[in-house]
Amino acid sequence: MASHSVSRLSPFNVVSLALGLAFLYLPIAILMIYSFNASRLVNVWGGWSTRWYVELMNDQAMLAAAWMSLRVAAVSATAATILGTLAALALSRGERFRGRTLFSGMLYAPLVMPEVITGLSLLLLFVAVQTERGFWTVTIAHTTLTMCFVAVVVQSRLGAIDRSLEEAAMDLGCPPARAFLYVTLPIILPAVIAGWLLAFTLSLDDLVIASFTTGPGSSTLPIRIYSEVRLGVKPQINAICTLIVAAIAVVIVAASLIAKMSSVRGESAAPL
Amino acid sequence: MMARRLFARPARIAAIAPYLWMALFFLLPFAFVVKISLSQTAIAQPPYVPLIPLTEGWAATRAALAQLSLDNFRLLISDNLYVLSYLRSLTVAAVATAIMLLIGYPIAYGMSRLPARWQPVAMVLVIVPFWTSFLIRIYAWINILQHDGLLNKTLMALRIVREPVTWLSTDTAMYIGIVYSYLPFMILPLYASLAKMDHALLEAAADLGCSRLKAFWLITVPISLPGIGAGILLCFIPIVGEFVIPDLLAGSDRMMIGQTLWLEFFTNKDWPVASATAVVLLAVLLIPLLVYQRLQQRQLGAD
Repeated sequence: MASHSVSRLSPFNVVSLALGLAFLYLPIAILMIYSFNASRLVNVWGGWSTRWYVELMNDQAMLAAAWMSLRVAAVSATAATILGTLAALALSRGERFRGRTLFSGMLYAPLVMPEVITGLSLLLLFVAVQTERGFWTVTIAHTTLTMCFVAVVVQSRLGAIDRSLEEAAMDLGCPPARAFLYVTLPIILPAVIAGWLLAFTLSLDDLVIASFTTGPGSSTLPIRIYSEVRLGVKPQINAICTLIVAAIAVVIVAASLIAKMSSVRGESAAPL
Repeated sequence: MMARRLFARPARIAAIAPYLWMALFFLLPFAFVVKISLSQTAIAQPPYVPLIPLTEGWAATRAALAQLSLDNFRLLISDNLYVLSYLRSLTVAAVATAIMLLIGYPIAYGMSRLPARWQPVAMVLVIVPFWTSFLIRIYAWINILQHDGLLNKTLMALRIVREPVTWLSTDTAMYIGIVYSYLPFMILPLYASLAKMDHALLEAAADLGCSRLKAFWLITVPISLPGIGAGILLCFIPIVGEFVIPDLLAGSDRMMIGQTLWLEFFTNKDWPVASATAVVLLAVLLIPLLVYQRLQQRQLGAD
């Protein structure tokens, strides 16, 4: 199949690929370039400068929001990874159990559920049980949303791996929990890490659900950016956006390096 | 086989924590949405008549139940604002999804025809923008589309237009934003189904005298149907409830239902009406949601 596809790239294919990628990347590239614009006027190029980054460092409200977002993302991604991995395990290894359809339904629905519904419903729950809203309510909300993404990522990996290894371990008398820890988990680890990273960035990115579930005084970074963006384009916003994109790029590169390393190690370890 | 059964029970135990979590934080909250959608608006904190007092005996519960009303739903039907918002949401989602199918298909097709070692690279390139912040991507477009933004400058430099065109606060801007944000969700399932296609089929068709267009229509499209279905649902459902993109890019004269809900909740502080809006939105999306569930289960459950 691969040998066929080598020679089959038509000019139409090349053009649609190039245009598609340009469409996806150009706007962000422009934004990043303009964050280094010396001019206060966002559309006039006044030479290169880092003044907006310096100004950003003095914006206490923005820094506080960024710190809140990072904490929420770290805690919720970790919780979501544990819960999501367990859910994926149950779905792909649990065979049939009562309520399985409901279980998978609850896991897949949030992936496409409009965020206004998820946000509103969680808020009404928090109000009903009279919780004080802030860091923990946003964290719980993000865990709920992102664990579903983790579950899907890990589940597709669990479906692709060779089961005979974990079965062999158990046939040799290894208890299932240990078989999971020593055999299955190392194999699915790249997917688990990818799931954590995805959960982290989704949490960092979320505006709508956080707006519903947070309380007064605890803004996340997207809430803060959103209120600024509504007032128009500002060079500082270009700068913070560039920083976020750069941070995410680092995360992605790190993730792909980890994936590569683990696959290399997996291959060399296989003969042992 | 023995081991497989051995693993089944602990896996069921593994289900307990995520099961309880989702029941508590995903399923249960809908009960509150439904309940509050049936209650009266009140000027209070929180702004609705309190919970059904289950702890205060049957009589009090019955009295509270008697107070439940469909008033909020009557309002949704009778006030044009809501009906129009729902219609607009469905239209926008349908049009945007159709545009994305038209744009995404050639891209996914091009990806599937790349040499095998380039395909993962192309996939990463499509996924990466999905990882960068949603809000930032919309903001990037505000930059480009504003009155003296890059698009108008380019168009004027190329002498395509003389005067700057108003892009922001128009439906065009909103569609650009939606297509830009959701395109990866369309491309990836399309690519997943196209990558599995055996290109020998197309060669066979050509050998038998079938024209390329006809071969595409008779072979490629049917093979990619699951991808088309998944892509459509993955885009259509969340777009119907979209809030951020229409709020930042479209004009304020016509609203999508996500905006109406947001307005009722945050500006008007009318939680019961906002809840009723959510209940109806969920009902509208129920069928596409169920179809999506079936697709997901079949895709991930088949092992």
